[in-house]
Amino acid sequence: MTTWPILSVTTFLPALGAILVYLLARGGDETANRTARWISLWTTLITFVVSLILVARFDPVQTEFQFVEKASWLATGITYHMGVDGISLPLIILTTAIMPFCIIASWKSVTSRVSEYMMAFLILETLMVGTFSALDLVLFYLFFEGGLIPMFLIIGVWGGPRRVYASFKFFLYTLLGSVLMLLAIMALYWNAGTTDIPTLMHTAVPRNMQTWAWLAFFASFAVKMPMWPVHTWLPDAHVEAPTAGSVVLAAILLKMGGYGFLRFSLPMFPLASHDFAPFVFTLSVIAIIYTSLVALMQEDVKKLIAYSSVAHMGFVTMGIFAVTTQGVAGGMFQMISHGIVSGALFLCVGIVYDRMHTREIAAYGGLVNRMPLYAFVFMVFTMANVGLPGTSGFVGEFMTLLGTFKVSLPTTFFATFGVILSAGYALWLYRKVVFGALVKPSLASIKDLTFREGLVLFPLVALTILFGVYPKPVLDMSAASVQQLVNNYNTAVTAVKAAALVAQ
Amino acid sequence: MGFSTAGYQLQPVLPELVLAVGAMVLLMLGAYRGQGTTRLVTALSVLLLILTGILELTLPAGKLVTFGGSFIVDDFARFLKILALIGSGVTLILATEFLSDPSRRIFEFAILVLLSTLGMMVLISAGDLISLYLGLELMSLALYVVASSHRDNAKSTEAGLKYFVLGALSSGMLLYGSSLIYGFTGTVSFAGIAAAATTGSVGIVFGLVFLLAGLCFKVSAVPFHMWTPDVYEGAPTPVTAFFASAPKVAALAVFTRATLTAFPGIVTQWQQILVFVAIASMALGSFAAIGQTNIKRLMAYSSIGHMGFALVGLASGTVEGAQGVLTYVAIYVAMTLGTFAIILAMKRNGQAVEQISDFAGLSRTNPLLAFVFAMLLFSLAGVPPLAGFFAKWYVFVAAIKANLFTLAVIGVLTSVVGAFYYLSIVKVMYFEEPLPKLDPMRLELRVVLAVAGIFVIFFWVYPGPLVSGAAAAAKSLF
Repeated sequence: MTTWPILSVTTFLPALGAILVYLLARGGDETANRTARWISLWTTLITFVVSLILVARFDPVQTEFQFVEKASWLATGITYHMGVDGISLPLIILTTAIMPFCIIASWKSVTSRVSEYMMAFLILETLMVGTFSALDLVLFYLFFEGGLIPMFLIIGVWGGPRRVYASFKFFLYTLLGSVLMLLAIMALYWNAGTTDIPTLMHTAVPRNMQTWAWLAFFASFAVKMPMWPVHTWLPDAHVEAPTAGSVVLAAILLKMGGYGFLRFSLPMFPLASHDFAPFVFTLSVIAIIYTSLVALMQEDVKKLIAYSSVAHMGFVTMGIFAVTTQGVAGGMFQMISHGIVSGALFLCVGIVYDRMHTREIAAYGGLVNRMPLYAFVFMVFTMANVGLPGTSGFVGEFMTLLGTFKVSLPTTFFATFGVILSAGYALWLYRKVVFGALVKPSLASIKDLTFREGLVLFPLVALTILFGVYPKPVLDMSAASVQQLVNNYNTAVTAVKAAALVAQ
Repeated sequence: MGFSTAGYQLQPVLPELVLAVGAMVLLMLGAYRGQGTTRLVTALSVLLLILTGILELTLPAGKLVTFGGSFIVDDFARFLKILALIGSGVTLILATEFLSDPSRRIFEFAILVLLSTLGMMVLISAGDLISLYLGLELMSLALYVVASSHRDNAKSTEAGLKYFVLGALSSGMLLYGSSLIYGFTGTVSFAGIAAAATTGSVGIVFGLVFLLAGLCFKVSAVPFHMWTPDVYEGAPTPVTAFFASAPKVAALAVFTRATLTAFPGIVTQWQQILVFVAIASMALGSFAAIGQTNIKRLMAYSSIGHMGFALVGLASGTVEGAQGVLTYVAIYVAMTLGTFAIILAMKRNGQAVEQISDFAGLSRTNPLLAFVFAMLLFSLAGVPPLAGFFAKWYVFVAAIKANLFTLAVIGVLTSVVGAFYYLSIVKVMYFEEPLPKLDPMRLELRVVLAVAGIFVIFFWVYPGPLVSGAAAAAKSLF
């Protein structure tokens, strides 16, 4: 195995970059800004390369955690424990892959307090990678909640006009959900004498406690996901955040909720998950249909995409709680796909926003005449958002629907309407913004993608289509872990059913 | 040791003796040499506190008891005494500028802090109700005077007077409670009370309630918190920093020792009281702080809330709870002293400013200061990975183990409300347009702030020493 702590290096490399930015890019003049940008770009790129070593050395057949690092920390039972499996690794790669794009996307659009902006993003990256690689609940909570601080500052300092409201709402909403989870973590600690995640996965939790702990964890992850009806912080946060902030939020932070369900709720509380599955299905279906309808009514481009994110996350929760191989793998894939597609959509919005400084849908129209490249890129992502076969969006939605079909037909029936509705709002948005005659005088001199913008978007186009026609790399990476998760869950649930039969 | 008689060795009180004699010598020095010696006396006082701390640490290990059980030195006492000495020493360092003003050259300030610290040390080691009362009064009398040390200022005088009147009232209640307990158990020693109070007879519970009321006053827990905001606001800022740190340590120490060692037989009786007090303090601390505009008043409500959180640990009545209290108070002292270093640095053109709006745009005019302050505030709010999170972790983990779920849920929910007002200060610093630059920070403030900041931000990297120290200290009580 490895001789150097590769996972810790991946996690803390960005923080090191942040310290470098602080030391080398001081003063706030143009030179300092340039230094800050370059250091950040190199840091995120190197982190990405290091994370690719993880992929190269990862053994997808193994179901145990890999690259495990363990050191004593708070107390016996609360250790510094890191490691990845097929569920966390794709999300880590997603994080490290998206970050360089965020830095490039902010190259020109962020001009004030650049080095602080870059530091906030780099610290955020450390916390996000740490969240996905922590194998101790307290350590996980540390990274999970710590991410609120940089994101709060990113929205509040570099955000739009209602940024203060949005940042507070984001922070307090998420904190409120998470403190309840903290109490459940403590209860688990006393139950098992440890907060070590692999140990807890094999520790049976009493039935009654499962219910409460499940609800407490749900409070945190449902807000983060976000699920209807606790999604209302998301549109505000998205609209007010700077472009890169929206990208990180949509592409990675939302995935922490899904990751939490897969890592904690299903393996640790299988019985409660089984009991609450219909509840989650209901919320997911409401999210899919209701937020799609809300998206239809939006006048702000970012808000529309934000609501569509809530709807797409509905597919993820539905697939996860179906707990079939297809459903969970589909949820996993949908998270990666949504990370790429929604991130890219926010980048697209950012590009026209940088030129026009408005996100009103009504302010655009006929962009195809002046921006053919942009029109093409935007179309690919719109189609992926709709779930057109051939794009990555289709694979995720199809697999989650397929997985849920075996468990709950009505859920699948209603959820499928979401696909139709998403076609409605996405095509409507595309038509309003891109097609039609270019009549607005303000748009008359708008320029097509620059080289830098193309550099950001075209790799994402390639990935969207690649994963659309060849989803195997992602699915293979997570297959063994997903299968084990589903098997363990089924064993636990059937054991209880059998016991109930015997009792009768 | 040559000067020992059986049961009445002086060795365990050696640090206190040195502190007492030293304080008197310094008093003489000041009295004979006049106000010009303020600087010298203050510096020597800090050295004296350091010397006392070293003596405390060089005492033989294990539990030392003297004066027939009235004075106990165990790991619990050592941990908290060191903490109280740090609090007092740092306060004196923070007060350097305050005392350098020609109109305020009062060398007595340092002497009073020393005497108050002596009271705290007696209080922390108190093994019976008599030494408890002696320590408490020595500590408080000195505090009443330092509260009004800015004698030409009406607000400062008012603060001192208010503190004195209410403090005297609470001392009276505490005495009354002590006498009831003595009457119903026939002893004043904690060990004796523990042996006698195995069932919650009405008399003992009555006495206990009065005793707890007096102690709640000293830690400024609801419903005996009313003096806190006025005194915090009125007293000179270095004095406020002092009030917020060392006396809180001592008061929580005696609170913990008295409840856990004198009344372990009637946990259920005092647990209900503490649960109520903790909930009320956390809620009031969180909600009432929202409307504040003055940073010192806000810190007063914040300290009420924090004492509520610390009492959550105590309410569980277990060794984990005691460990939680100790960890909490240690981290709380670091956060508070750091915050007050910043409040003291808030000067514009030589004029101290203390409105929250004065922090506007600090992140542009002084990014590093704003960053450290923001981290302190996030830590006070209990956001990981900062030290304040671990403080909350240990008290709540104890409450969960003791099955105090309602208390824990209400506690964490009020911490979210509390986060709101800490965030509001971060908002003012980071999201608003800057005001003119602050005056440069003095060296001693920088040092204090740097130490507190590093402690708070990097506590998670190496939490071992504090955690194991607190665990050992908590075990020595049981």
